[in-house]
Amino acid sequence: MGASQARPEQNQYQDLARKTGFSLEQIKNLHKRFRQLSRNEETISRGNLDSVAALANNPIKKQIIEAFFDKRNQRRDEVGSEEEIGFEQFLMVMSHFRPPTLKTTEEEREAMREEKLRFLFNMHDTDSDGTITLAEYRKVVEELLSKSGTMGQEAAKAIADAAMLEVASTNVPHMAPDDFYEGITFEHFQQILKGLEMESRMHIRFLDVDTTTMRCGKSNS
Amino acid sequence: MAPRCPRLAGLVLLLLLFAAHVSAGAGLGAPNNDTHADGEETPNHRNHSSVHRKPFPVLSFNYENVRRPFEISLWILLALLMKLGFHIIPRVSNVVPESCLLIFVGLLVGGVIKAIRETAPFLDTKLFFLYLLPPIILDAGYFLPIRPFMENLGTILVFAVVGTLWNAFFIGGVMYGVCRLEGAQLAGVDLLSCLLFGAIVSAVDPVAVLAVFEEIHINELLHILVFGESLLNDAVTVVLYHLFEEFSHVGVVTVADALLGVLCFFVVSCGGILVGAIYGILGAFTSRFTSHSRVIEPLFVFLYSYMAYLSAEVFHLSGIMSLIACGVVMRPYVEANISHKSYTTIKYFLKMWSSVSETLIFIFLGVSTVAGPHAWNWTFVVVTVVLCLVSRVLGVVGLTLVINKFRIVKLSKKDQFIVAYGGLRGAIAFSLGFLLTDNRMKHLFLTAIITVIFFTVFVQGMTIRPLVELLEVKKKKESDGSFNEEIHTQFLDHLLTGIEGVCGHYGHHHWKDKLSRFNKAYVKKWLIAGERSTEPQLLSFYNKMEMKQALMMVESGGAAFRPPLIAANVEPKGPSRRRTNVSRNREKEIRKMLHANMQKNRQRLRSYSRHDLMIDPFEDDNVSEVRFRKQRVEMERRMSHYLTVPAKPPEIPSVRRVAFEPEHRVYTYDDGDRDPAPRSDPSSPDGITLLNESRRRSDPGEEEQLMVLRRLSDPGPK
Repeated sequence: MGASQARPEQNQYQDLARKTGFSLEQIKNLHKRFRQLSRNEETISRGNLDSVAALANNPIKKQIIEAFFDKRNQRRDEVGSEEEIGFEQFLMVMSHFRPPTLKTTEEEREAMREEKLRFLFNMHDTDSDGTITLAEYRKVVEELLSKSGTMGQEAAKAIADAAMLEVASTNVPHMAPDDFYEGITFEHFQQILKGLEMESRMHIRFLDVDTTTMRCGKSNS
Repeated sequence: MAPRCPRLAGLVLLLLLFAAHVSAGAGLGAPNNDTHADGEETPNHRNHSSVHRKPFPVLSFNYENVRRPFEISLWILLALLMKLGFHIIPRVSNVVPESCLLIFVGLLVGGVIKAIRETAPFLDTKLFFLYLLPPIILDAGYFLPIRPFMENLGTILVFAVVGTLWNAFFIGGVMYGVCRLEGAQLAGVDLLSCLLFGAIVSAVDPVAVLAVFEEIHINELLHILVFGESLLNDAVTVVLYHLFEEFSHVGVVTVADALLGVLCFFVVSCGGILVGAIYGILGAFTSRFTSHSRVIEPLFVFLYSYMAYLSAEVFHLSGIMSLIACGVVMRPYVEANISHKSYTTIKYFLKMWSSVSETLIFIFLGVSTVAGPHAWNWTFVVVTVVLCLVSRVLGVVGLTLVINKFRIVKLSKKDQFIVAYGGLRGAIAFSLGFLLTDNRMKHLFLTAIITVIFFTVFVQGMTIRPLVELLEVKKKKESDGSFNEEIHTQFLDHLLTGIEGVCGHYGHHHWKDKLSRFNKAYVKKWLIAGERSTEPQLLSFYNKMEMKQALMMVESGGAAFRPPLIAANVEPKGPSRRRTNVSRNREKEIRKMLHANMQKNRQRLRSYSRHDLMIDPFEDDNVSEVRFRKQRVEMERRMSHYLTVPAKPPEIPSVRRVAFEPEHRVYTYDDGDRDPAPRSDPSSPDGITLLNESRRRSDPGEEEQLMVLRRLSDPGPK
């Protein structure tokens, strides 16, 4: 990593910065992290992410990892999932977690919110059919309760059912006798989570300063 | 005719109350005059009766025995009736916040008392700090919304500590400069006194903030910023006050003293929090064993908290922070342990006491204004008011510039304005001023403090509501306890922790997650009784909602029901769509009822006011055991015809659990036929299996057990 390699990377970073909205510093840091995760290769696979220690206790670990490999999160209108992803795709997924700034306008905020909700929706909608069915929602709640051990299955079903009920009754208040609530569509999903103000909640802090060099000795966390 | 009558009645009532109040106040203010005389009388009286054969007094009048408590009770009663009266006259209470009205009443009462030459009661500092303030703080602390508080803790601390320090020194310093001026006639006020004054008048007051902000319903972030600041600046105020008070006698502050002051600050604040936390843990631990004496459960909460406050005050630590820490630490564990009724009792009592305290404080403020000796100095007072405003604005703007660099969600100009404008002063400043040693400066200070308080409460309090409307500040969203929101809040927590993990840095979420896991692994086991200790949060939420729904259903006469038919529609597609041997008309009828009830539930407005309890079905008197049973029998009869609820399997031991599944499957019944046709089709998807396994579990042998387990529930198959 000498000065000779800096130029093409700079241009590449500029390009990425434009596409994803990160600053150059942030992209540099994330690239370092990417190389750490991929063991200095070009792409990462599910196995690489699986080995991250911090995810070990996370009840929705599988969904998170899956989200990285989901083509729908790449903003390219494709469906399906990849086996391995490169840095650009990694960055694309991360860009869903950027916070709004003081300068973000109302429309930009709305767009951000929709984007983040879309990400969440994709995480739940595992078969990519555009709706979250009851079975899928049940799975979500089950996973959430999975680390708590005790009464996972039954309780999860009950909770998921109640939640579905809520969606159905708020979004389709006048169902005819033969109607059938197939599943939560994206519009319904947006509707029920309107109150959470996703653009202000779904974000993490992306560092402008490189912390990996500040922590001596901890190179593979 | 009708709208006029209550208003007229209200006015008459107010006038009567007013008059009664004055006489009570006059009585309270001069307690000592008559007791002495009476005291001498009674022994004489007794002696006389044995000697001079007086006729036996059938009806005697002995007011002196009960004088003190009588007058205190009357005072409180009249204050509350006054408060009641305001709401009968709606037009005024919409424009003017209640605190203003109460101060105004206090002014009038004080004025009248003074006019009839009696000595009016004043806001005794001990009374204020030991009896009137703790309930308000405990109420605020116990129901403090933890999540937004913790998320904004850094910002709140910066505003509380740095902001208050800035205010104190700015006001003190500039005041001193003004006192040096020739024309002001304030030469007697030295630097330390000015700084002391600055320290007293700089702190944002929680009582005033609560009183005003609760009526304007702004969004959670701003509310918690201003309110949190008002709570946490107590430590700073305590330290500064004691520091300057000590040294205003000596006259000089050295660097060593200043350093000691800084140390003192840390001791005061951390010590206060520690004391509160210890009492909180003790309280939580005690509540673990109260399952056999439910009636005294609320008392433990109150007493431990009050002890925390008093213990902190013993060591001159920050009592407010101790109280808050106690409430915050205690609450999650206590709530998991105590019964619903105790929970309601605690909520009610806290709201009640804090409401009374607040009313009394404002009225007393009014009375004391009239009563106290005043030393009015135009320069001093006007400069104080102006300085308070200026320093607040400068402080907030300046600090926000720094804070915004570290915040992810920045504070906009509108937010800054509201935070600055919401810096109200109140009774704490007054009481602290009252504690000063009696001299001409004290009266000067008190006058200025009262003027500032009046200005902030009246002017700022009255104008903040139209300003909020004008600036279109985001209001508090009415949240209805939504399952989806709860699920996704949890989901988000885990997601963000995970993404932080992937990114490789230990951020906010990482530590929150660690704390939560520590809590679950160790703390909950010690402090929560029985099985509840391993219950995940989502499940507690779910149970709470179910309980609430059940009660709402019973309350509304049992006719409406959680819409099982919609649930039936939510089943996965496929051969599982077994419905309708039930006639179409009946289905339509049922569905109409269910929809209507769902709509009704959704439309209940839940605007939050500190003094209104949330629509809590438990508080309804209709909800009593006897009525439950009657209604349940009734419901069972009706429901058994076309709907039934499979009972929840008895794995869950706690009695608080509502034992019913929400998914009430529609059984294929003919009208008269009660036995559900068994659906033994193990290969079919989810919908049927659920049906089956629930049916299987509730066999007659376990009925008894289930009955015991169910407190309130929908009827099972009977």
